[in-house]
Amino acid sequence: MTIAPHLKHRTGTLWLAALIHRLSGLALAIFLPLHFLVLALALHRAAQLDAFLRRTDQPLVKLAEALLVFLLTVHLLGGLRVLVIENFDWRDGQKQLATLAATISAIVAFVFLVRVF
Amino acid sequence: MPETSNELSVSLWRGGAEGRYETYRVPRRDSQTVLDVVTYVQRHIDPTLSYRFACRVGMCGSCAMTVNGRPRWTCRTHVAKVAGSSGRLEIGPLENLPVIKDLATDMAPFFDKWREAKGAFAPSRTRADDIPRIRPDSPARIAADAAIECINCGVCYAACDTVRWNTDYLGPAALNRAWTLVNDERDAGNAARLGAVAASGGCHACHSHQSCQEHCPLALNPTASIAGLKRRTAAAYLKGELKP
Amino acid sequence: MNVRLYVWQRATAALMVPLVAIHIAVIFYATRQGLSAADILSRTRGSIAWAAYYGLFVAAVSIHAAIGVRNVLAEWSPLPERYAGRLALFFGLLLAALGARAVAAVVL
Repeated sequence: MTIAPHLKHRTGTLWLAALIHRLSGLALAIFLPLHFLVLALALHRAAQLDAFLRRTDQPLVKLAEALLVFLLTVHLLGGLRVLVIENFDWRDGQKQLATLAATISAIVAFVFLVRVF
Repeated sequence: MPETSNELSVSLWRGGAEGRYETYRVPRRDSQTVLDVVTYVQRHIDPTLSYRFACRVGMCGSCAMTVNGRPRWTCRTHVAKVAGSSGRLEIGPLENLPVIKDLATDMAPFFDKWREAKGAFAPSRTRADDIPRIRPDSPARIAADAAIECINCGVCYAACDTVRWNTDYLGPAALNRAWTLVNDERDAGNAARLGAVAASGGCHACHSHQSCQEHCPLALNPTASIAGLKRRTAAAYLKGELKP
Repeated sequence: MNVRLYVWQRATAALMVPLVAIHIAVIFYATRQGLSAADILSRTRGSIAWAAYYGLFVAAVSIHAAIGVRNVLAEWSPLPERYAGRLALFFGLLLAALGARAVAAVVL
């Protein structure tokens, strides 16, 4: 058998939404310590922070930042959808809601990208 | 191998946990179900094939297998719907359960988890007491009735990736049943039941993938039942009634 | 995952819904014309409000991310749940420490 043959059958919207939610959370969890380390430079090494911010003023970094905005927004909106499922009466249309969450997140990230370029 | 339009190429899992898919050629017929195909192989090609079925009319759930990657009742799956024009079928045993042989799985872990979730009715009265009056339109009874039709076929359990990833997870069917009993006014076992579903591997392990709801042949919604359990257990915990 | 961890994770999630929304808005505002240390610090230095906001955010995300990481480790790695829990706890403490340091850096 090939590795994880079941994965090729995982095509459902909601399964994909759950995967994106998990992967975005993981990515943000990895990003956060780095984010905190950079911000802490402000205390005694403001010049270093400025140098860092200038260094990150390039297209590839801006793209990565837009990706982060997407990850944060999609994790927020996907999480909100789950919070509603878990705390209120059941409502149908979960696939549509999940798709909407991803779409809004993509738009927000795109707007961010356009603004910082 | 060349397939004529009136023949199917069917791969069936042979063996136990270790094994392989073997391919058979089966004549295509109108209104054929996947169960018809498996039965044909066992009766006309290889009598050593092991599989399960009983009613063959979509009432018992015994014939559940993995068909082209998805768990389904084979007696209610038309070949035309899943094989397409290529005429290819891949049939294996249900996922997430130990394989006994070929297409038959050991359902014991599924029912063990049913028991662990306290999915059995605990009586609160004796025959000497009055019969309790349960209004069918009470919110609790409506909630219970929406989930009560489960016949333990195991399709949701096989479809659930949280079951696959977390061996402690009680699974959608067991939790769905627990929910029906939580909503049963006559039941006296809720303290133990909430404790059971609030423990590690209980309802909180569910990530709301909704694969259970998507695959349930009776269109039940264990995700909703589990959400109900999450609300109940969280409330009990915050009130100090649960000590995990 | 049990009811205790669940309540903590969902509560911090709910708390962070407005916090994250504000943060996204701040990101958009702060990047309207290039980022600089002076720009950031002029907003946050000496501000009780920002200290409270970011302090709360750091506390909530440390708990939320740690429990999330615990789940992922328990389900996707071969680690038994107990060790996943310990690793996640360490991660949560790390986030809280680094986060507190970052908040102090921009507020003090």
